[in-house]
Amino acid sequence: MTNSNHQDDTPRVDDHTGTETTGHSWDGIEELNTPLPRWWLIVFYVTIVWALIYCIFMPSFPGLPGLRNHSERANVQQQMEQVAVDRTALASQLLSDVSLEEIEQDPELFQFVMAAGKSAFGDNCATCHGIGGRGVPGYPSLADDVWLWGGTLEDIRHTITHGIRAHSDETRFSMMPSYGIDGLLSPEEIDDLAVFVSNFSSPHSNQAAIDRAAPVFEAQCSTCHGTNGQGDRSMGAPNLTDAEWLYGSDVKTIRSQIRNGRNGVMPNWGERLDETTIVALSVYVHALGGGEATTVAEAEPRDEHADAGSLAAEDNGAEQGGK
Amino acid sequence: MSVMNRHKFLEKHTGPLIASILVVVAIGGLIEIAPLFYVENTIEEVDGVRPYTPLELAGRDIYIREGCYTCHSQMVRPLRDEVERYGHYSLAAESMYDHPFQWGSKRTGPDLARVGGKYSDDWHRQHMIDPRSLVPGSIMPPYAFLQEKKLNTDNIMGKMRANKRVGVPYTEEQIAGAKHDLLMQAGSLYAEDYSGFEERWDGVSTPDIPNKSTITEMDAIIAYLQVLGTMVDFSTFEIETASGRDDAQSEDVASHQATDEASEG
Repeated sequence: MTNSNHQDDTPRVDDHTGTETTGHSWDGIEELNTPLPRWWLIVFYVTIVWALIYCIFMPSFPGLPGLRNHSERANVQQQMEQVAVDRTALASQLLSDVSLEEIEQDPELFQFVMAAGKSAFGDNCATCHGIGGRGVPGYPSLADDVWLWGGTLEDIRHTITHGIRAHSDETRFSMMPSYGIDGLLSPEEIDDLAVFVSNFSSPHSNQAAIDRAAPVFEAQCSTCHGTNGQGDRSMGAPNLTDAEWLYGSDVKTIRSQIRNGRNGVMPNWGERLDETTIVALSVYVHALGGGEATTVAEAEPRDEHADAGSLAAEDNGAEQGGK
Repeated sequence: MSVMNRHKFLEKHTGPLIASILVVVAIGGLIEIAPLFYVENTIEEVDGVRPYTPLELAGRDIYIREGCYTCHSQMVRPLRDEVERYGHYSLAAESMYDHPFQWGSKRTGPDLARVGGKYSDDWHRQHMIDPRSLVPGSIMPPYAFLQEKKLNTDNIMGKMRANKRVGVPYTEEQIAGAKHDLLMQAGSLYAEDYSGFEERWDGVSTPDIPNKSTITEMDAIIAYLQVLGTMVDFSTFEIETASGRDDAQSEDVASHQATDEASEG
């Protein structure tokens, strides 16, 4: 082992490559001292300089904001304020004295609201109610004209704001009992009742079961669902006679619902979404296909509804308190 | 090449070489370690952040065990599109009791930092059992087995003590009542000692009707998901920047817009 050939400060230049060697030699094998490519070196030094400049101008250390005083949080806040300003013209119209009905009459407003409603619906509602509000078992379709709690614009707005069985004082509330789990009815009675309920919409041949269940339905179910099973919107009790079913139309699913008494929950969005978005969503959902017209007189429709809403809220509150 | 030749001196003399290495490592270490001494400055002072309840903590551990963080982040970044979609950007304070934090960096699924309260418990249950029954285009794997697995509640006090040791301010009272409070929050029929639950856990309400005979891992992970991002009341939060642009409270958007631009210039 010697590296004695080129101990001096001027290493040999390799004949073949024209590059200097390191001057080390192992059994005659020498090492080329190939310099780093110039472009690479330049880039390397530039990144070092850039890092130093960046540290001076941008926030790079806790407590030091940098010369540019850059703050991503301040930026996003400013952007959100700008968004609010950009939307103010139309949004403030939405929140002023324009009734929800009038929004639907005004083409420009309606277009704005539908665009805002569509994106908000996709973000927040479609995960349960499906794309386009077509519904999923357990989560009602919003595109048909069957409504559990009411399909006018004000009804929809109230439902979105306060939710159903949610954490809001004015939330819509009712409770389907768990007849089987809580032992309110015997399994046989529930079997009969399921046939009876199914018979409303698709005639059933098991007349004996229907006859047996009639008095049970009268005693247990008619208070909410009505004597003819037509439902009651003030309690969100579904109409049992139509072809639309929340959980499913077969006897087995109906039986399961009587036994378990599932009570679906819709979150209250009043604290999560701003007022403009809720108005937009109300109009969007109303326009999905099944929105109902307001039935009260044209004059001051909003006030009428506000009264009705607060009355309903009191009812709900009382019901919840007594639970 | 003269720099390179001076380098040759270091390569051949170990004393100067060691000294030089120490200098370089010290610079690197200073830049990496020194900010940690200021970490307290970076945690915002906000009201409402509390340690997880025993049930939520058990759910958090299942979240980690199942690797949820590999597809779901918990970090709403301060960018307009994210704030518009998910809500207020995440604060350091919101994960100050997380060991380890679940910020993540991969979003195959959506961010979960603000998922609490967005869906009903039933929705989460059904979605975990069969994601595609609710979201047809979802590629999330089903976690139906969580519904079948009984939650191990024996080790909950140990978990809380471990968290306490790394700085989570659990009180002895909370740890002592852990098992009861876990059953209580999950709506178990066997939670006997109801006293003090709501006092021990700020903002957690007692379930209406206890009706569960078995507490499953599904119950725990849903409790965890439902608390994510719900602790801080953002109506009282003001951003603090060195420029003093912390006027989040104002109603008058337009005038502050002008102020902002002025202060930036």
